[in-house]
Amino acid sequence: MTTARTKSLPSSHAAPLTQRAPWLGILRSRRLWLGVLGWSVALLIFFPIFWMVLTGFKTEAEAIAEPSLVFSPTLESYDAVQNRAGYARFAINSVVVAFGSTLLALLIAIPAAYSMAFLPTRRTKGTLLWMLSTKMLPPVGVLVPIYLLFRDVGLLDTRTGLVIVYTLMNLPIVVWMLYTFFKDMPRDILEAGRMDGASTLQEVLYLLLPLTLPGIASTGLLSVILSWNEAFWSLNLTSSQAAPLTAYIASFSSPEGLFWAKLSAASTMAIAPILVFGWLTQKQMVRGLTFGAVK
Amino acid sequence: MATLQLKQIKKSFGETDVIKSVDLEVNDREFVVFVGPSGCGKSTLMRMIAGLESATSGDIVIDGQRMNEVGPADRGLAMVFQSYALYPHMTVEDNMGFSMRLAGVAKAERRRKVLEAARILQLEPLLDRKPKALSGGQRQRVAIGRAIVRNPSIFLFDEPLSNLDAALRVQMRIELARLHEELDATMIYVTHDQIEAMTMADKIVVLHDGEVEQVGSPMELYHHPRNRFVAGFIGSPKMNFLSVEVAEAEADADGVGVRLPGGDVTRVPVEGQGQASGTALELGIRPEHLVLDDQGPLEGEIQVLERLGGQTSLYVQMGEAMVTIMADGDVAHRVHDRVRFGFEPGRAHLFDARGLALPSLHQHPLAGLRRQDNRAPSDAVGQ
Repeated sequence: MTTARTKSLPSSHAAPLTQRAPWLGILRSRRLWLGVLGWSVALLIFFPIFWMVLTGFKTEAEAIAEPSLVFSPTLESYDAVQNRAGYARFAINSVVVAFGSTLLALLIAIPAAYSMAFLPTRRTKGTLLWMLSTKMLPPVGVLVPIYLLFRDVGLLDTRTGLVIVYTLMNLPIVVWMLYTFFKDMPRDILEAGRMDGASTLQEVLYLLLPLTLPGIASTGLLSVILSWNEAFWSLNLTSSQAAPLTAYIASFSSPEGLFWAKLSAASTMAIAPILVFGWLTQKQMVRGLTFGAVK
Repeated sequence: MATLQLKQIKKSFGETDVIKSVDLEVNDREFVVFVGPSGCGKSTLMRMIAGLESATSGDIVIDGQRMNEVGPADRGLAMVFQSYALYPHMTVEDNMGFSMRLAGVAKAERRRKVLEAARILQLEPLLDRKPKALSGGQRQRVAIGRAIVRNPSIFLFDEPLSNLDAALRVQMRIELARLHEELDATMIYVTHDQIEAMTMADKIVVLHDGEVEQVGSPMELYHHPRNRFVAGFIGSPKMNFLSVEVAEAEADADGVGVRLPGGDVTRVPVEGQGQASGTALELGIRPEHLVLDDQGPLEGEIQVLERLGGQTSLYVQMGEAMVTIMADGDVAHRVHDRVRFGFEPGRAHLFDARGLALPSLHQHPLAGLRRQDNRAPSDAVGQ
């Protein structure tokens, strides 16, 4: 409302108008329309997920019937999904691979971002851009060489292999994000640490990491989520031993044909952990992503 | 003992020479102030002494030892930063004890030293607080405390008061002077504020464009500036400069006779042998040394009048030049009045075309005074 008033004509003109017809003021309010737009976009994005969860509680017949919100919920599909393949094994693979690759990426990226933020050279900017540009390549372009490499060194269908691929996949983003967080860190504080006798490692452990923790946490969370949701590499490089939940979902689309209810149940179970995880850490995420702006 | 020598120190960033060969000697227990306009290289010079920046060439010698390759923590220095640079996630006590924690000092010993520093700085009630719960002045004191516990041979201060408000700045200035006396340490202090420099220093180093313009006691710089830059930089309000020329056959052993803008000739007691008549010079005279005088040789029209109570600043237009006069607080003049004024020739300075001062024939009696000399003799005996 306030924004609307300040945007409109001088208040001496606007005041009588709103007094005559209060609804006119509400309709002209920018906040109202922004709210409507926001909710519409949110619902549009959320709808497929909502429908998927709903479908998971239907029978296969109901799932392909005329879409309806009225049905008697059943756990039939969940039961079938559980019996067909061990959900737990896939889930454990997902957890190990997502957190393992994130940890590894942070271990590599923290020193890299440190040197880029605090000891930049003439080529630092170029290196950063080059790193990001690798994210613009379609992954399928390097599928064959990576597949052959993995086959020859015995990394196919291993968690180690997947951890390596995910680490490499997320490293550019992780380095970039950490770089921006580190850049925001006042240099004086690190220099005061150096005057106090801190070695580079102590500087990082006692000063840099505690002070940029929100940023590091949100970077880590993003990396976990990206790894969890990754499907291309997991489908191509794993079969049974190291397959994560994305492969688990995919296994319901073939070869017997599409079973919508089971597929939905499996998908719901696959995304549930990361959804809960994301929801629990959302405050941390937002704080981290807006770290520089509101400091 | 804590002495510092800089020998032909240079610093270049790529093609730019930030520091162009600085030689400097800092004696034990001296309070030395680096002063200059922003960008003059004073902070860079301090950072090189601290070891946060490497010197491109030259030697940094502390207590007789060359320190160029020694790390910042091992030079026996402590630094107080302009932004205080406190560790925001640590309490005041942990901030002050951090260096000892890194050095592996036992907890009890650490606490003892922190408490001692806290007592000197009256920080005892704040030891458990985090920096964000402190006022600017308190943060400043914690930063100083962090330096004190390291027991350094030399303290470095990088514009420590510039983030404080005016009243607090005056108070901290006094506290720092007191601290210098209490700790009996060598201190190097960087500021762009010439008042801080004048009030605190035993020795002032005026820097400009990466070069030392002059080194001397505050009174020496005030009364005997070596060049036009130092003359204009030290003293507030700024020194006035008037274009004059050497009057015919008037340069001799008793001084130089110069023709003032009004046509009068005045003899300024400076060494002027060899100054040909007609040579263009600049006459420098401080606002506080100009006196309103109906018989005075200079004349102009008052443009602006600032009454400060005890004093009144008159800004007087004299042809092309604008001259500032510090007059008595009760002068009755008004804007657009025409006034005549003059000065005692011994107070004036003459600068040649290169901006160098012609040396004065008489040394000012206080020129050699250090701040420590302000103490009564009985105080000094105890030191």
